[in-house]
Amino acid sequence: MSAIAKPIVEVRDIGKSFGTHRVLNDVTLSVQPSQVVVIIGPSGSGKSTLLRCCNALEVPQEGSITICGADLVKNGQLISDRELNALRMQVGMVFQSFNLFPHLTVLENVTVGPRQLRKMSKSQADVLAHELLAKVGLAQKAAAYPATLSGGQKQRVAIARALAMQPRVMLFDEPTSALDPELVGEVLQVMKTLAREGMTMIVVTHEMGFAREVADVVMVMDAGQIIEAGSPEQVFSAPQNPRTRSFLQAVISRD
Amino acid sequence: MTLDFTPVWQGWPQLVHGAVVTIEITAASLLLGCVLGLLVGIARLDPSKRLIYGLATGYVTFIRGTPLLVQLFLLFFGLPQFNILLPAFVCGVLGLGIYSGAYVSEIVRGAIQSVDRGQMEAARSLGMSYRQAMRIIILPQAVVRMIPPLGNEFIALIKNSALVSLLTIADLMHEGQKIISVSYRSLEVYLAIAFVYLILTSLTGLLLRHMETRLRAGGVVQ
Repeated sequence: MSAIAKPIVEVRDIGKSFGTHRVLNDVTLSVQPSQVVVIIGPSGSGKSTLLRCCNALEVPQEGSITICGADLVKNGQLISDRELNALRMQVGMVFQSFNLFPHLTVLENVTVGPRQLRKMSKSQADVLAHELLAKVGLAQKAAAYPATLSGGQKQRVAIARALAMQPRVMLFDEPTSALDPELVGEVLQVMKTLAREGMTMIVVTHEMGFAREVADVVMVMDAGQIIEAGSPEQVFSAPQNPRTRSFLQAVISRD
Repeated sequence: MTLDFTPVWQGWPQLVHGAVVTIEITAASLLLGCVLGLLVGIARLDPSKRLIYGLATGYVTFIRGTPLLVQLFLLFFGLPQFNILLPAFVCGVLGLGIYSGAYVSEIVRGAIQSVDRGQMEAARSLGMSYRQAMRIIILPQAVVRMIPPLGNEFIALIKNSALVSLLTIADLMHEGQKIISVSYRSLEVYLAIAFVYLILTSLTGLLLRHMETRLRAGGVVQ
């Protein structure tokens, strides 16, 4: 990881309120190419909102966000719809509730983006999709409809769908929180492979094991602010902020 | 008193002809109603687009709040004051189509809003525009949910089409009344007409159920 590389995602001083509730308060973060940033923190701390700001599913009222050097939000102003659509192709998103398209087969879920947006031919897109489905271990499910899949399988298809756009960064919004415990591992495994291959990733999760093993940087959020950031060893072994300590205690004693 | 269905048997070709006109006028106004309903339903999704939302809401309010017969008469007897003389059939189709469009628009709006919000988010996060997401992701799912309420609406439209007989259109109702005017067999002829309407509405119901089953079998199910 070189220090001079242009950051893939740069968030500067963003703030957002829902009514009187301040969900994000002067948040700044920078994600370098191939970096894996894991955001942890108690629920309601603003970590999902922060992540959703990175592809403008939420728009901050203050501050700026750039993706690969291009403005996404500038001083609380979202770019035009046309520019937004183009920029979103660079940013893959994986949701807690999968959000697969139920009226399309697994294969079509993966090909719909490249075909509609990258103007890829059906045969090209099919080849790409079969590759990606093989990568997430679901080559044999190409013709199935999402309703017939388990939660873990659905989430792996959702990852393949996002990857099919060949994004520069992947955002994961609590990707395993809706899964039965025995299905969590297969999804984390796919994410670990991606990280190893050098994909830039921002992951909001409660999986401390994953954070410890895969993250380059762990950020702890509380009350709309990043209260601590550092390597997994720093954050998990020697947390500086007392709120980090109490959060980690609560999470780890539960495990 | 005895029932005598002879005028019905003798007037059968006339009734069949009237039924064909009823089917034609219903089909044409159905098409108009669906197109209008789709546009108006989508227009009513976003109140922040004030002009479009306001126009669409005004339309739905007026159409749902006034009798269909008044609307038909406005077109057929009212417009000629502006020297707009539309053929009766056109007035019938316009009147029924505009009327039905208001109800269809509410069906469309409800069905679209019932599709999980995450679907739009997932589509937009891939980079699709609002329109692309609507066309490729949201509407195909919404259409399946529209079928049962649309079925009710279609059936209501077939029955409401009897009102166009008052615009001199030779539909099923009108043909029946002509038979009555020479035979004076009101009960028998109206029973026969009711029976033909029943056949038309039942067939429509069957057809829609068949369509829904096929669409659901195609995997379009939550």
